[in-house]
Amino acid sequence: MKDTLDEQNPRQAWMSLIALAPEGRVAQLLDAAEERPAFKWLRPPEIGSTMVRGRAGATGAPFNLGEMTVTRCALTLDTGEVGHAYIQGRRKADAEAAALVDAMMQTALADKLRETVLEPIKAEMKQAKTTRAAKAAATKVEFFTMTRGED
Amino acid sequence: MYVAVKGGERAIENAHAWLAEERRGDMDIAELGIAQIREQLSLAVNRVMAEGSLYDPDLAALAIKQARGDLIEAIFLIRAYRTTLPRFGASEPVDTGAMTCDRRISATFKDLPGGQVLGPTFDYTHRLLDFKLAADGDVPEAPSREAAADSVPHVTEFLNHEGLIEEAPQEDTPPPDLTREPLETPAERALRLQALTRADEGFILGLAYSTQRGYARNHAFVGELRIGSVAVKMEIPELGFAVEIGEVTLTECETINQFKGSKTEPPQFTRGYGLVFGQTERKAISMALVDRALRWEELGEDNVGAPAQDAEFVLYHADNIQATGFLEHIKLPHYVDFQSELELVRKLRREAGVDQVQEAAE
Repeated sequence: MKDTLDEQNPRQAWMSLIALAPEGRVAQLLDAAEERPAFKWLRPPEIGSTMVRGRAGATGAPFNLGEMTVTRCALTLDTGEVGHAYIQGRRKADAEAAALVDAMMQTALADKLRETVLEPIKAEMKQAKTTRAAKAAATKVEFFTMTRGED
Repeated sequence: MYVAVKGGERAIENAHAWLAEERRGDMDIAELGIAQIREQLSLAVNRVMAEGSLYDPDLAALAIKQARGDLIEAIFLIRAYRTTLPRFGASEPVDTGAMTCDRRISATFKDLPGGQVLGPTFDYTHRLLDFKLAADGDVPEAPSREAAADSVPHVTEFLNHEGLIEEAPQEDTPPPDLTREPLETPAERALRLQALTRADEGFILGLAYSTQRGYARNHAFVGELRIGSVAVKMEIPELGFAVEIGEVTLTECETINQFKGSKTEPPQFTRGYGLVFGQTERKAISMALVDRALRWEELGEDNVGAPAQDAEFVLYHADNIQATGFLEHIKLPHYVDFQSELELVRKLRREAGVDQVQEAAE
């Protein structure tokens, strides 16, 4: 994970983390940790798109690069907390789990979920990134200069 | 003249049933799974996502399977699916400077912060068919080395320090969107870049090559080419703050081009830009060259009449779905049109007295 996540407000950080988790992983960890609480849909899972933008010359004016699929939903726990999810791909079950975790992180369960759901995901994703970065690093060119024969 | 146009239903149904059978091929051969296409034909998947203008590897893999590997047909399927999706919003512009790079090379600077990282490239392979791949699929794990936590700044930043290259100052005008408003010329750069990034790879490659061969030559160096993943951040309307909603793999190419200076600008390097979904290196380099050629007017260069300088020509012919739609429609029934043409030619011949001459000859 990028360190910038830690500089954000905590909710931004956990929502971002959950959105980037591999398919099925949030639901798996959530169900292992905790009984799912009762909730009502504010917006049942819905598949749509987000227009991804870039910048001309990397830093200049924005332009539309193309869309990506996104699933979103919103729910409210019977205890009143509202959970939202916006996650990449067409993954309704994952969106439900993400919104549940978002809502439950606003309850007394927050510390437990941080330990049982968020931290493991963070560690696994860091591991995956490190493995990939290490393969890239192995392809880094080490230049050396040949000494010419004449002196 | 009346021409019967009904009666094709059964033929069409049977043709589609046969298409399904031919798509499956020999039933003794194992069927391809979507995951196999996604994982093992990933560059085809990337091209379909880029030109289909929708980032979703599983959908692109499904489209490739359905299209029997015809990538333009697969792109067509993705474009059609895309129109059914409600749009939730637009992301913040992605920060390619923060990209987790699988590959990052510069053809202009040998030693640069972050280094030259080759990544999983075809470059330096011998292009000899590898018959081992026909035998079994086992591959040894690729070597790894501890990665330094260095940042990997854009190459153009170094030249910027000396003022040797034009700047790309940040601005935040909402960009035009050709999926919402029909593309019209003159097209500002943001619109051109959107059209180029989803344009047909072959068409853009050909145009880019033409600039190298001398049609609007602007001598491009690949200042930097990087491939890797970036986070996509979007403001959540219900919450009023932005969160990362996912991650996309992108290929970015920045070219550094000669520029002799104009009445208002001193001699300095100029830039072309390519940014494309997926690992799509040939397309990103081509896009940067064509972007640079199309910038002749804003840079005060001469229009030498080269195809790559003609925005209307480039942008209106670069979309392979528009092109194939119009091109392939001419194979569909045109019986009525053709009957009227036939009548017209017969009439003209009568008027020209051709038939009498022929009759006389007989």
